[in-house]
Amino acid sequence: MLLTTLMLIPLIGSLVVFMLPAAKPTLAKQVALGFGVATLVGSVLMVIGLENSSGGLQHVESYDWIPAFGISWTLGVDGISASLIVMAAILVPVVIVAGWWDAENARRGTVKGFFALILALEVLIIGVFSANDLFLFYVFFEAMLFPIYFLIGRFGGPQRAYAAMKFLLYSLVGGLFMLASLIGLYVVSGRELGTGTFDFETLTTLNMDPATQKMLFLGFFFAFAVKAPMVPFHTWLPDATAEATPGTSTLLVGVLDKVGTFGMLHFLLPIFPEASKFYAPAIIVLAVISIFYGALLAIGQTDVMRLVAFTSISHFGFIVLGIFVMTSQGLSGSSFYMVNHGFSTGALFLVMGYLVSRRGSKRIADFGGVQKVAPILTGVFLISGLSGLALPGMSSFISEFLVLAGTYAVNPIAAIIATFGIVLAAVYILWLYQRMMTGVPSKEVEETVTEISRRELVAIAPVLAIIIALGFVPQVALNVINPAVEQVQTYVGVTDPEAAVVVEGSGS
Amino acid sequence: MIAALIGLPLLGATVLLLGGRRTNAWGHFLAVAMSAASFLLGAFLFLQMAGKSEEEREVGQHLFDWISVGAFQVPFGLHLDQLSIVFVLLITGVGTLIHIYSIGYMEHDPNRRRFFAYLNLFVAAMLLLVLADNYFLLYVGWEGVGLASYLLISFYQQKPTAAAAGKKAFIVNRVGDVGLSLAIMLMFVTFGTVTFEGVNAAAESGSSSAITWIGLALLLAACGKSAQFPLQSWLLDAMEGPTPVSALIHAATMVTAGVYLIVRAHAIFDLSETARTAVVIVGAITLLLGAFIGTAKDDIKKGLAGSTMSQIGYMILAAGLGPVGYVFAIFHLLTHGMFKAGLFLGAGSVMHGMHDDVNMRHYGALRTMMKITYATFGLGFLAIIGVPPFAGFWSKDEIIYVAFSQSMVIGLATLIGAGVTAFYMTRMMAMTFFGEARWEDDVHPHESPAIMTIPMIVLAFGSVFGGMAMLFVGDIEHWLEPVTGFAKPEHSVSHSVLIPITLAVVVGGALFAWLRYGRRPVPVTAPTDVRFLTRAARADAYGDALNEAVFMRPGQYLTRSLIWFDSKAVDGLVSGLAAATGGLSARARRLQNGYVRSYALTMLGGAVLIALVLLLVRL
Repeated sequence: MLLTTLMLIPLIGSLVVFMLPAAKPTLAKQVALGFGVATLVGSVLMVIGLENSSGGLQHVESYDWIPAFGISWTLGVDGISASLIVMAAILVPVVIVAGWWDAENARRGTVKGFFALILALEVLIIGVFSANDLFLFYVFFEAMLFPIYFLIGRFGGPQRAYAAMKFLLYSLVGGLFMLASLIGLYVVSGRELGTGTFDFETLTTLNMDPATQKMLFLGFFFAFAVKAPMVPFHTWLPDATAEATPGTSTLLVGVLDKVGTFGMLHFLLPIFPEASKFYAPAIIVLAVISIFYGALLAIGQTDVMRLVAFTSISHFGFIVLGIFVMTSQGLSGSSFYMVNHGFSTGALFLVMGYLVSRRGSKRIADFGGVQKVAPILTGVFLISGLSGLALPGMSSFISEFLVLAGTYAVNPIAAIIATFGIVLAAVYILWLYQRMMTGVPSKEVEETVTEISRRELVAIAPVLAIIIALGFVPQVALNVINPAVEQVQTYVGVTDPEAAVVVEGSGS
Repeated sequence: MIAALIGLPLLGATVLLLGGRRTNAWGHFLAVAMSAASFLLGAFLFLQMAGKSEEEREVGQHLFDWISVGAFQVPFGLHLDQLSIVFVLLITGVGTLIHIYSIGYMEHDPNRRRFFAYLNLFVAAMLLLVLADNYFLLYVGWEGVGLASYLLISFYQQKPTAAAAGKKAFIVNRVGDVGLSLAIMLMFVTFGTVTFEGVNAAAESGSSSAITWIGLALLLAACGKSAQFPLQSWLLDAMEGPTPVSALIHAATMVTAGVYLIVRAHAIFDLSETARTAVVIVGAITLLLGAFIGTAKDDIKKGLAGSTMSQIGYMILAAGLGPVGYVFAIFHLLTHGMFKAGLFLGAGSVMHGMHDDVNMRHYGALRTMMKITYATFGLGFLAIIGVPPFAGFWSKDEIIYVAFSQSMVIGLATLIGAGVTAFYMTRMMAMTFFGEARWEDDVHPHESPAIMTIPMIVLAFGSVFGGMAMLFVGDIEHWLEPVTGFAKPEHSVSHSVLIPITLAVVVGGALFAWLRYGRRPVPVTAPTDVRFLTRAARADAYGDALNEAVFMRPGQYLTRSLIWFDSKAVDGLVSGLAAATGGLSARARRLQNGYVRSYALTMLGGAVLIALVLLLVRL
């Protein structure tokens, strides 16, 4: 019941906010924030209640939904999905506070509608990460598109309609492939077990022949690769983030896109172990291409929001890389990377949003010299940026290094090439910083850009604090993640390679 | 206790950065106090260590288990031994002096508080670098000093050149970081551990190719941080930072971290002839390249920066010679830390009196205007060119001696380097303090206040006595031996032959410079009809031109083509496909007009379709 209850909090919140009178926008915001915080508290309690000794699903609840087709309302979390839910639950109140005036500024739609949509999205986020019936997962996966579609299409920038539709079409096409594979999987399970099922844990026990695995794998992988997004299925993302409000981008890139990589890790590897191993080398190549492609395009962007979107494409390359090398460092690194990336990219989107809303332009060339007029905002920008380039001492460094070390153990060439990605990360962040923040401010910048407000600081400070804290005590998260990763390795039937030299008493 | 060494300056930085404007009035005093407290604690720990027997000197402090994923186990642990304690004394000692100096130097800067916060941050990160007990934690300190360096190089953020220089330093250092990352990964894959203790114990059982690659990766890291060839280009630009920063970070401490890394990883380098040879070659090239660049600079700070590259080249070269060289690499690092910091502070004092002009062609005859600066700079000058019994003589002479014991070519490189060093330093002395006054009428050279001259005087004492004290009182060879190992070279030219030769070369270089710059008038604008070599040296031996041709321009071209490719080919293809497959675009247009109802209808259709398919499957 715990997870369903957790979903009910933002659901009720969303309905309450929606039914408030439109004439009281501030009340809508306050109520939305209250429910966001309540959901956060609930999700923290949920993760505290996890047994770290077990890597399997916990807080499991299962009710028949459409028994005729073996569809059930099955929820459950492991350490990976639980940490993603907490990450999302932290970001929702942050986004509410940071986007306090975004709905008014859009001059379209109602304020209460904006905040009701954010809470509705949170319901579906919890659902998609905890669904362990694949049909249920598919429903959440597709339903998530609606709130985002409206958040972009109604509250976004001038090109919002095009961007929202592109996002929707890409996701729907990906979803169709997944649906085809899903039905195929159902058929196979029916053939093997007598009755078809969508239950995740049952599906992991299937003995599918490799050829079937490979076919079904591709449908899911395509949907996840569009969502993640990986090159060459990525072009919807920069368009979407360029038009969405910063808060929407934070939730879209920081949380929703993780469903793609989470799906690879949580569903693809356990259900299709042989196919995963078969496709791994090709996917590793694709991941390394994503790392560099995203980074190089980020360097060349002239629009700040698009730039951040491309850095994320590079980061998703790292996440996918860690998943498909299938070592414990790679898998834990990728899981931790998903959490860190949510905070890190969220911080970047929010701080860019602060700047863009002041200057009224997303063009990098319209900035310059901000350090002079807004030193604290500049500091916030710098910390967010350093997290984006995975500076040692920040949480993103730990996860990136774990991915690389986990990769080196099985595929040194990919690891060596990927490591050079850290140079490009320094280029895209520091060059951006140089262009926007240093130098002498122009007249326009001096007139429009003001220091960070207390509300904006309150919204982003917890995110920055978490980024730094997790850099020094990453084990808080890794202790939750590691058992789940071991479970995934058991499903796939892989173990870590041994070190070439084993020394007694070394390490700790 | 060890953690407090790092904690004190870290606390200072945190208070100053988070405290904001409220701490403006007293922030710099807090920063000085934190640095000084760390120094006193370091001195106490040093005396405590010296009082113990050799076996008991190494102490560790396990703070907590930092990372544990599968076999990747990294403690958050500190480690204080004979090698790290000398670094602690250098960092906090010179660091505190430079903090004090900066009170005067930065007095009128509106961002003084932030400056001191960054200085404290630097000291904390540098201490973490030398106190970490494993390579992964060392990496945090390594990048922490890089961050502080970045922040301080581009401290004058409104200056585009300063902002660009900071970025360049960080990016070039990231190339070195690739080396450090790969070295750590290789250690983990080879030994299953990244602690110093674990790697040292396991090194001998590693395959020789793995050891060599680890060594080369570490060398790449050292090249980045220590501005060694081919990653040297950032250091000259780094002089955009305030001069105390150049003294502390880009002369005395941070840039020598590469030497620390190699000496710390001696268990790896002991085992790989190839890696050691590569280290020696890099050191030899850089020591000559840096000295060469130093001969043609008119900017006093850039001249000193070329000199720093060159002197670190000596240290790297010594470290590459193995057990015969490790202790002398560290010895030279320590003496250099004192005299080069002194020289930079002297340069800062000159600039302070000259309206921040750095061009030596606008100086001249300053010895009478700035007596203390002249005296302290002069003592530093005698130390760096290696005149006995000043500090640099002892350490550089040992390196030349050991170099000759290994190879005649390497020995000659160090000897020529000594001559060129004498040349460019004499040129600097002559152009700054001698000859005729060349400054404009509105410049009024004056001595700096006591808060700046006292640190210079203290460092001058180091320039004079530092070498002798460490060699004869501290017995540095045997002090470091338990950590780094130490061996006497088997055959070499004897000291009694080598010292006169070296001194003759040094005097020759100095005399040549004196004849050209001391005896003849120095033109106020640099002559342009100069030989190719001078042009090359002025252009930093074309390091930037090379980077631009090989990396920057192809990179920009690649980025531009990828952007075209992404919008035209990737996005275009998908859009085209969508248009081709049944008027999706037409429907999109309708939906864009706001007919979301029709979309809902589509979804409903989809749901019906799913139900139908499922029914069919059941049947």
